[in-house]
Amino acid sequence: MGDSPDSAAITVEGLWKIFGPRAHEVLDGDDRHLDPVALREKTGCTAAVRDVSFAVRPGEVFVVMGLSGSGKSTLVRCLTRLVEPSAGTITIGGEDVRAASPARLREIRRHRVSMVFQHFGLLPHRRVIDNVAYGLEIQGAARAERHARAAEILSLVGLDGHADAYPDQLSGGMQQRVGLARALAVDPQVMLLDEPFSALDPLIRRDMQAEVVRLHREVGKTMVFITHDLSEALKLGERIAIMRAGAIVQVGTAEELVGAPADDYVADFVRDVPRANVLTLRWICRDPEPGEPLDGPELPAGTRVADAVGVASASSRPIKVVAGGELAGVVDRVDLLAFLAGQDTPARAKA
Amino acid sequence: MSSTAVSAAAGLRLPRWAVPAGAAVVIAAAYVVFRGTATLPHDDEAPQFLAVTELREWIDDHRNDNPLFLYFLNYIRLFVGALYTFFQGVLHALGWPGITGVMGALAWLAGGRRIALVAVAGVSTFGVLGLWESSVDTLALVGVAVLLSLAIGIPVGVWAGLSARVRRAVTPVLDVMQIMPTFAYLAPLALFFHIGAPAGAIATMIYAIPPAIRITALAVSEVSPTAVEASVSLGATRRQTLVKVYLPLARSTMALAVNQTIMMALSMVVIANLISAPGLGGDIIRGLSRAQVGIMLPAGVAVVVMAVVLDRMTMALVDRDPHARLRRLDLVAAGVPAAAGVALIPVLPQVWPESLTIDMVAEVNAAVAWAETNWYAVTTFVKDATSYALLNPLESLLTSAPWWLVALTVLLVAWRVSGLRRALTALACLLAIALLGVWEHTMQTMTTVAVAVLVALVIGLALGVAAARSPRFSAVQRPLLDAAQTMPAFVYLLPALALFGTTRFTAIFASVVYAVPPVVRLVEDGIRAVPAPVVEAAVSAGSTPGQLLWKVQLPMARPAILLAANQGIVMTLAMVVIGGLVGAGALGYDVVSGFSQRTDFGMGFVAGVATVLLGVMLDRITQGADRRPSPRKRKVT
Repeated sequence: MGDSPDSAAITVEGLWKIFGPRAHEVLDGDDRHLDPVALREKTGCTAAVRDVSFAVRPGEVFVVMGLSGSGKSTLVRCLTRLVEPSAGTITIGGEDVRAASPARLREIRRHRVSMVFQHFGLLPHRRVIDNVAYGLEIQGAARAERHARAAEILSLVGLDGHADAYPDQLSGGMQQRVGLARALAVDPQVMLLDEPFSALDPLIRRDMQAEVVRLHREVGKTMVFITHDLSEALKLGERIAIMRAGAIVQVGTAEELVGAPADDYVADFVRDVPRANVLTLRWICRDPEPGEPLDGPELPAGTRVADAVGVASASSRPIKVVAGGELAGVVDRVDLLAFLAGQDTPARAKA
Repeated sequence: MSSTAVSAAAGLRLPRWAVPAGAAVVIAAAYVVFRGTATLPHDDEAPQFLAVTELREWIDDHRNDNPLFLYFLNYIRLFVGALYTFFQGVLHALGWPGITGVMGALAWLAGGRRIALVAVAGVSTFGVLGLWESSVDTLALVGVAVLLSLAIGIPVGVWAGLSARVRRAVTPVLDVMQIMPTFAYLAPLALFFHIGAPAGAIATMIYAIPPAIRITALAVSEVSPTAVEASVSLGATRRQTLVKVYLPLARSTMALAVNQTIMMALSMVVIANLISAPGLGGDIIRGLSRAQVGIMLPAGVAVVVMAVVLDRMTMALVDRDPHARLRRLDLVAAGVPAAAGVALIPVLPQVWPESLTIDMVAEVNAAVAWAETNWYAVTTFVKDATSYALLNPLESLLTSAPWWLVALTVLLVAWRVSGLRRALTALACLLAIALLGVWEHTMQTMTTVAVAVLVALVIGLALGVAAARSPRFSAVQRPLLDAAQTMPAFVYLLPALALFGTTRFTAIFASVVYAVPPVVRLVEDGIRAVPAPVVEAAVSAGSTPGQLLWKVQLPMARPAILLAANQGIVMTLAMVVIGGLVGAGALGYDVVSGFSQRTDFGMGFVAGVATVLLGVMLDRITQGADRRPSPRKRKVT
């Protein structure tokens, strides 16, 4: 990616988390390379996170995606040691999290990293405003100050007028807005979102995803977003890490995952993704053949295939694909149709 | 193919009942052969008893020069005693106008106008019954015991709720504290803390602390882990998370802990009168021991009223809307009766005016006498039928069998039901009982318990099943069960005594009435807890209601039913021992006479210990039943 680890918001290297009575024996021996089922049978331990490394750039939305049980929730809890990692290094904003003393760790949790939970984790005995102000309260902020800040954040997440309600009087979507507001109120550098919308209805979920996109644009926090929903991952993630059985199988942009899956597992995952909506012209352009006319319309290489269809139908000339002011290749109607057909073949056969 | 193989294998194997049946036959044969040998008859002058009596003499002589007493136990006694004197002093200074006003105010704050009315009416009842002084003493004693129980129970409970390790360490201790029949630890306490209010308060605490700890631990451990995680993820310290998350979220369940602690304390302070604790218990114990319902009825009513008032007040806290805040209006409204009461202290007499009391001893005694004569035929028939059909044969069986045969039977039964480890504990308890020299009385008590449990289970199962199948029946029955469980234990002796006089049967009747409510509730809840989809599946397959009950609901409610049996046994034993006051004889009587006669102290003490051992033994025999996989499951593997 070209970034040195120093400029990254979060760097994780060689992270392991093994649950069980003899975690450290497993870690030091060769058993750690066993697959999860064999490991459990042999030692009674569960390897939830296996040798995970990645770096998150400042301001990036980094999505960790995997099926349930793949270790993604454990991974995100290891980042601030809500779950104590078994091995590996974690650096947040240049600070070694694993070496931090309990007091220092609390400082990191109070000011640098905040978290949003799948089941909200709101405090039912407190009003919305006091829930949002909770992080500031435990930092020792005065009541007036923290309420002012909380009110500000509440209007940012669109909860004006609900400050005095109790969480159980709000809908699920609104409760999670409170959860988001609570995490934002402490003005962290990094937000960890652990399947924040999985417990919500599909329609609400879509609204909330849009909300996260908007918030990210407005406040520009670095986000680590955990999900088991591929379309959510593709929608939100600048880069996506796919986890399987505790290990990261592939990290890349949506385009990279769909266009060049690292193995059958990833390929299987992304099989049903409408490729034309994800892949760009970069993936299908070819060198112009001799004698091919080069006076057709020009499109940047980052244009999604689906968006090129309209241009192609307006002109019979091959489309010139340009990247950085230079010709990267051409795409004509046949190429487009072939690409679209490749994905639509089964449907057409049925019809 | 495979089915023939299975049936062939089954044909070779003995049927499942063969081993237990064979063992039963062998034991029966052994009984016939060895009957009357190796029995352990009771001896009032057994050396074990005399040794304990002497120990008490020694302790009484050295209470003020032995360091253990001088520097430790006496200080506890003095502290608790001072606290009691303080409470009592405050309450007496308030006088009846002050107490009425303050209780009304507290009740208003807890639950509003209606609860306040209940409290004022309840407090006035004490005066009307002519029991003002002793009611106030009881209130003071309950206050001390509850305060100290909560002061110990809540921190320990919170700790146990936070740490699974602490919970594991505390649970067995609480188990033993709860199995112990209340009667049993009075004598040892008298030994260490002398008699009187402090010893009574400490005895009450032993009884009242376990629910305080258990419910608090439950409340804390049930706090949503996500809320806790959210708090930690924002950088809260352990203390901040405890104060701002755990305690507020556990609050309403912890109010239930307070409620239970008060209820337990109230039922124990009465029994504590046996070691000269002051209060209403005096009238009740006196009435019981003289078989005079007229003496104990007013005191019994006063205790029940006190229980209802305190229960309503604390339950109002439990049920309160979690978001409600105290309104200023409520504060003012509550302030009025408190201020009025306190202001009236100098004006009105301290003691409830004599002219406002109702004396009904003579009338009640007359009514009881009337019932005794007119229902004689019915009550005597019930009593005699039970005695000749169940009690006498079982008792002569147990007392004439050699001790080793009884021990062997207990071992085998416990082994079969609860596994080897629990069986060995049960056996150890039984052998200890034999060594203590109270074998014969223990066998007699066991007979009474067995019969009472049997009756309680039959009634409890029937009512529980009926309630589970008919919502209407359940709706009628629930408030009755609630009321029954609010009442202190010995209250059940009252109607029993009125109907059956002082006999063994009185204790059985009282313990059945005492044990049935929890049994009914456990059975009903167990059957209701059967998942709806399972019931639906059975019904859609065409089961009749009967088939549904026998083939689905009862088998699936098995753990709850076994738990009900276990609870029934523990409760029955406690009651049968208290029944010693009203003619149940055996261990209970030994305990009672140990308190009343100095020379019998040793026997009473030993009988108390034997009661505990008997309780642990019966508990161990039945306890494992719900935890062991069913026999069929084991055969598969």
